[in-house]
Amino acid sequence: MHALDSFCTWLEATSVSRTLQTVEWIIPAVQTVHILAVASVVTSALMVDLRLLGLGLRDQSVQAVARRYLPFVWWPLPVLLASGATLIVAEPARALENPVFWLKMGLLAAAIVGTLASQRPLRRSARLLAVLSLAAWVGIVFAGRWIAYVQGG
Amino acid sequence: MQGAVLQALQDTSIATAVRENGALFPWIECVHVLALALVVGSISIVDLRLMGLASRDRSVAATTAAVLPITWCAFALAALTGGLMFASNAITYAHNGYFQAKLALIGLAGLNMGAFHLVVGRGSQAWRTAAETPRRARIVGALSLALWIGVVACGRWIGFTINAPT
Repeated sequence: MHALDSFCTWLEATSVSRTLQTVEWIIPAVQTVHILAVASVVTSALMVDLRLLGLGLRDQSVQAVARRYLPFVWWPLPVLLASGATLIVAEPARALENPVFWLKMGLLAAAIVGTLASQRPLRRSARLLAVLSLAAWVGIVFAGRWIAYVQGG
Repeated sequence: MQGAVLQALQDTSIATAVRENGALFPWIECVHVLALALVVGSISIVDLRLMGLASRDRSVAATTAAVLPITWCAFALAALTGGLMFASNAITYAHNGYFQAKLALIGLAGLNMGAFHLVVGRGSQAWRTAAETPRRARIVGALSLALWIGVVACGRWIGFTINAPT
């Protein structure tokens, strides 16, 4: 992990990273934006998945619910990535050398693939995919908090 | 008097367990973040509809019926987990300005919601589309969204002003 160590050391010495470390309001503000984007993604994914499972919004078709809520899963993702990247630049080793961070990234990939796959029409496994992607979103939120408690680097 | 109550609260066995068990606090915090994400996410669905920015073709009544049960369950969970974290260090939290501001903002969001149910939302059964939704509903929606964003921000700032992992 020598290359990753060097990368983290280099990144945290850059002036951008220094600014993020020293201006006290930036990190909590970026974390607030990150949480608001998470709120949009997780709630919207829940609405789509509840409909797929037949547990709610049954007065509308699966397609109508997906059309209504899926944009609120997809468009906050760039906001999540940008705010998350900002937090990494501020404290590179806290995330990049932390196993929980990589677990979170793996779950994110799984949740995105699961959400996309559950939208294929007439797929028999849609319900299973709905449950799995919901579990992945919950895991993402939990892992996000545990990054702060597991030592990186 | 107030200090004695807070002291008694943080001396309870459950508060002591949350404070002293290394893994309990982070797990409670995980559930708190998930619950508040669902509170804010589900309320924003209603707020954006009231503001005419989303679900424009769906009635306000149908939107709230689908979403508010999620909001209430998630709020109960957020209050429970928030209460446990508060109890673990009641005196410190009670004196934290951001914690006080967060509670005040939640109170204002509750008043705003009450105003909608009792006054502003009268006749909301007829608000089938965004075009049929009056301006006063837009104001309630915008206010609610702003208050809840403030709640999330205060929550994050509590973590940075109280000695805890951020």
